[in-house]
Amino acid sequence: MTTLVDIRTDGEAAWRLGWSEFAESRVAVGALVLVTVLVVLAMAAPWVAPQNPYDLSQLSIMDNRLPPLSRGVAGQLYVLGTDDQGRDLLSAILYGLRLSLFVAALATATALAIGTSIGVIAAYVGGRLEAVLMRLVDIQLSFPAILIALILVAVLGKGVDKVVIALVAAQWAYYARTIHGAALVERRRDYIDAARGLALPQSRIIFRHLLPNAFPPLIVVATVQVAHAIALEATLSFLGIGVPITEPSLGLLIANGYAYMLSGDYWIAFYPGIALLLAIVALNLVGDQLRDVMNPRLKR
Amino acid sequence: MLAFLFRRLGQGLLVIAVMATLVFVGVYALGNPIDILLSPDADQLEREQAIVRLGLDRPLWVQFALFVRSALTGNLGVSFVHGVPAIDLVLSRMPATLELALVALVISVGVGIPAGLAAGLAPRSLLGRGIMTGSILGFSVPNFWLGLMLILVFAVELKVLPAGGRGETVRVLGIELSLFTVDGLRHLILPALTLAIYKASLIARLAYAGTREALLQDFVRFARAKGLSRRRIVGVHVLKSIMIPVVTVIGLELGSMIAFAVVTETVFAWPGMGKLLIESIYRLDRPVIVAYLVVVVAMFVIINFVVDVIYTLLDPRVRVAGQEA
Repeated sequence: MTTLVDIRTDGEAAWRLGWSEFAESRVAVGALVLVTVLVVLAMAAPWVAPQNPYDLSQLSIMDNRLPPLSRGVAGQLYVLGTDDQGRDLLSAILYGLRLSLFVAALATATALAIGTSIGVIAAYVGGRLEAVLMRLVDIQLSFPAILIALILVAVLGKGVDKVVIALVAAQWAYYARTIHGAALVERRRDYIDAARGLALPQSRIIFRHLLPNAFPPLIVVATVQVAHAIALEATLSFLGIGVPITEPSLGLLIANGYAYMLSGDYWIAFYPGIALLLAIVALNLVGDQLRDVMNPRLKR
Repeated sequence: MLAFLFRRLGQGLLVIAVMATLVFVGVYALGNPIDILLSPDADQLEREQAIVRLGLDRPLWVQFALFVRSALTGNLGVSFVHGVPAIDLVLSRMPATLELALVALVISVGVGIPAGLAAGLAPRSLLGRGIMTGSILGFSVPNFWLGLMLILVFAVELKVLPAGGRGETVRVLGIELSLFTVDGLRHLILPALTLAIYKASLIARLAYAGTREALLQDFVRFARAKGLSRRRIVGVHVLKSIMIPVVTVIGLELGSMIAFAVVTETVFAWPGMGKLLIESIYRLDRPVIVAYLVVVVAMFVIINFVVDVIYTLLDPRVRVAGQEA
């Protein structure tokens, strides 16, 4: 019983220590707050957005392409202006952010699950299976993610589900390589031998013993990859081969604004990009600080 | 060493073959290009003639066999839209893309390495912190949006640079290049900058990490103890050791620049391979999509191979091990 308590306090102490190190950088803490705010805003979009940009009855075509801070025919204030269909840009951004974050989170979670399983199984089983799987990972990683995503979307066609598939296919290998490296080290530890000695089933050893202990480095990779996924989805949608026009993500909003930018209506392309940039920068800053916290070599 | 080179080459060819197969099956299983290529009021006879002409009436595996046979002779099919061999079309657009990618690569190395080195030598200084924060911004900003903002500032507002196109080109060694005319350079600068910023940030971060690690190494301590000047330590010993990861990344990044050029070319209407790919995806011009991918994969394989060789030459540990064996 005492050991159980000890382990738990150990874990808590480790978390507290980790947090205090993380909090050494005010920028990183600010970034974490920003990520939280953006996620909450995106999830609460239907309740916090001034209008529902998909509900045509709420739109007035008379209000199209109004600059920021102008008032519509009904007297309502458009803080960030309107787009070519008279949509309130702030509302469109919140809904777009919702879709962008949803796609990125779903793709990252799926890629994480697939990539970690493959990597950790390869490390534990070893032999020919490991050689084939990790060779595959190496080959895939020699191609940029954007190329793989482009090919897949070109083949599969448009749609939220297809973009998610493309992102998963483009990203699983990063997780597989990271966990494989960590698991190779952990595999030689005594507790794995002990688990084997207890004749536990292989799947239990892999997923309950090996995986949790090899997992920490993946937290950094996953944070950064969410940012990548957001950027990748935006790029595909901007190119017109991502999400369909009926569900505008941030990338599609920017593509829409591109047409009007040359005539001086900058805000339609500008503000969605700022939202995108904030989300990506904040995630990268958090990931960067996590990496420093977890890298023992940089400790003085 | 020779065995290693041959193994890498064989592996590369295998990758090309696998990619071509996957892409062929994927791309050719998609949609019916006849619906897109013929006008909606084409009659049945015209439709059938077109289907026979394009070979779309054959079973998929026959189409594939024909594809492989002609691919081995360097013929990847005829573009449905342009009516010229797809590979010629892709290759004719290649110089524009390579020009853009190489100029961007030079900018990113030229900016990234000095910036990373400066930050790594003084990580706690204002300059060091500024560079590192700036680099996070640099690799976070979405490529296409950065391009749009540059157009907005320099072409729409200030009206000092053109918003798109390639400008005047001049024929150098039989290749049309924008690099050597004033008008061409004016067109090149914004797309190249857009493409370079992401990589410059990445290289700066690598150089930063490399510098910090190198400064802790014994050979630097030894060089200091020997009384070498700081300039020589940084310029020769530190720089050399950070170049190893940087060269690897530069090789990979050249490939990734060619891929990312798809986005930049679309934004700036730069007539390269990437813009061709996007147009071909819109029009379901399958031979061109396949040809693009085969060409790009081949370029990647070659680049990776060259990187491996350079890596061996640069890293004394690998070189010594190779000579002794």
